[in-house]
Amino acid sequence: MANGNRILEVEGLRTHFFTKAGVVKSVDDVSFTLDRGQVLGLVGESGSGKSVTGFSIMGLVDPPGRVVAGRIVFRGTDLAHLDEEAMRAIRGRRIAMIFQDPMMTLNPVLRIDTQMIEALQAHEQISDDDARARARDALGQVGIPSPEQRLKAYPHQFSGGMRQRVAIAIALLHHPDLIIADEPTTALDVTIQGQILYEVQKLVREQGTALIWITHDLSVVAGLADEICVMYAGRAVETGHVADVIERPLHPYTRGLINSVPSRNPRGQPLRQIQGVAPTPLKLPPGCAFQDRCPRADARCHSMPELSQPVAGHSVRCFRPHLEEAAA
Amino acid sequence: MTVFIIRRLLQSIVVLAVTSLLVFLGVYAIGNPVDILISPDATELERQAAIARLGLDRPVWEQYWSFLINLAEGDLGRSFVFNEPALKLILQRLPATLELAFVAMLISIFVGIPLGIWAGFHPNSVSGRGIMAGSIVGFSLPNFWQGLMLIMIFAVILGWLPAGGRGDQGEFLGIRSSLFSLDGWSHLILPAINLALFKMSLVIRLTRANVREVLPQDYVKFARAKGLKSRRVVTVHVLKNILIPVVTVIGLELGNVIAFAVVTETIFAWPGIGKLIIDSIFVLDRPVIVAYLMIIVFMFIVINLLVDILYSLLDPRVRLADQRG
Repeated sequence: MANGNRILEVEGLRTHFFTKAGVVKSVDDVSFTLDRGQVLGLVGESGSGKSVTGFSIMGLVDPPGRVVAGRIVFRGTDLAHLDEEAMRAIRGRRIAMIFQDPMMTLNPVLRIDTQMIEALQAHEQISDDDARARARDALGQVGIPSPEQRLKAYPHQFSGGMRQRVAIAIALLHHPDLIIADEPTTALDVTIQGQILYEVQKLVREQGTALIWITHDLSVVAGLADEICVMYAGRAVETGHVADVIERPLHPYTRGLINSVPSRNPRGQPLRQIQGVAPTPLKLPPGCAFQDRCPRADARCHSMPELSQPVAGHSVRCFRPHLEEAAA
Repeated sequence: MTVFIIRRLLQSIVVLAVTSLLVFLGVYAIGNPVDILISPDATELERQAAIARLGLDRPVWEQYWSFLINLAEGDLGRSFVFNEPALKLILQRLPATLELAFVAMLISIFVGIPLGIWAGFHPNSVSGRGIMAGSIVGFSLPNFWQGLMLIMIFAVILGWLPAGGRGDQGEFLGIRSSLFSLDGWSHLILPAINLALFKMSLVIRLTRANVREVLPQDYVKFARAKGLKSRRVVTVHVLKNILIPVVTVIGLELGNVIAFAVVTETIFAWPGIGKLIIDSIFVLDRPVIVAYLMIIVFMFIVINLLVDILYSLLDPRVRLADQRG
């Protein structure tokens, strides 16, 4: 491998759900790369396939869904073709995941220590006492006060922010190479969001862990990510360095997203928004999925645009990208 | 917890008192036992004597009052028919019913829950659908017909098992029960299966529905994301969550099985309390009916209390002491 620091390389990933109503192409040609210690922001609105992308990497796509094409190369191994036991050994140990709703991710009927110790013992031959000590240290590390007592508590005895800290502590237990965080701050208060963001950023940096931060909130990734991958209707429509994507978006959709951020709108004016609604995943128009909402769409957009790289290190899936501004 | 239990026990006394009144009035209303107990050609004098002997000439509130007084002393009255204490009659037959109910519930739990889990995990497979179809059959078959078929097949045609009766009882630690002898088991197994089939179908459907509900939960996915073996995910993360509703229903059903095993006991000539109550109703043996109902109400109260306690053990979010009645 050319790059020794390369943690993850996703190439042409397609994850489809074979439902009775038809094939839902939740992820349809997504590619990105991630180096050691890097943070990738995976951005898109609900149903754009960003969570499914995360689950595809974890090998946790449930039937009727499955990864139908593409490569997920993690430290030189293609996860897409790994058997369940080998995948299980990687899950939680080398790749960990944090979920959106901390109220739902911890099992309500099991104590915190049970849930942490089992996570350790799933991958290591370790005594209960040693595992408990490690769990305690991990809780302390994410800023939970008196971790020794809190180990004996049940999830409902924690606040939402504290639960998310527990989930993060569990994710960090094995010092994974990669953490996939699926909107981990969306369900939290704004003040807690800031704290969690700060903690994750700090911990990831300390341990050199690569991070995929899945979110619909561009303003979150703007301050956090190194790279951004914008998804629309299952397709990666724009990837690039965070500054390039935010300051000089090439795709009309990314541009619309950025313009919709309220703080970017002038006071007293109606907020700008993207016209129309996202297409239903079962009835995508042929060609670019964004064409119906796109102010720049023309006849060419009825055929599928491929990813191109009009600017070095900044790729876009569009026939009519905003190159004029990018050049300026 | 202790406060909760004490409060529940006090509430239970109120429930018992109210039930006793309802039961007493209800039974009083359904006819005159003297008409059945003495021969039709008895003289008016004999008739009056019998009524006086049974205390039926006194006003109903007086009868009720003396019933309450006796109840407080642990005396539930004497059977008109057997001329024995009603409580003794019931307690004599209760072990037979209890062992039948016990085995039936064990069958429905230890067969029903695994089948339900399997069907929940493989809802579209042939086996999963087969289990669900079977559970519908188990639900729909009339209990008496099903019992007769069991007797036909296993007792009459195959001749493997006896058709009825209780068989020999073994003794273990001073307790006599069919459970401690092979002959007892051979008599027990058919009625137990007959009684279990309906409950088993219920447990299967309930378990499956709950598995379907728990599986898409984030905590199951998170458990898998931690790299746990699927065996642990199923037996700890899923099972402990589905047990909460299943335990509730099984507790209530246990009471039902004990109280209403009438049909099965009748078909298999099982000498339990179900058969006793039916016979007593036929001859309007009031003290036995009342005593039976009182014991059943008491049993339901105890079972509900146990279920509540078990519930709090399974679900940490339930704090018994915090509940205000």
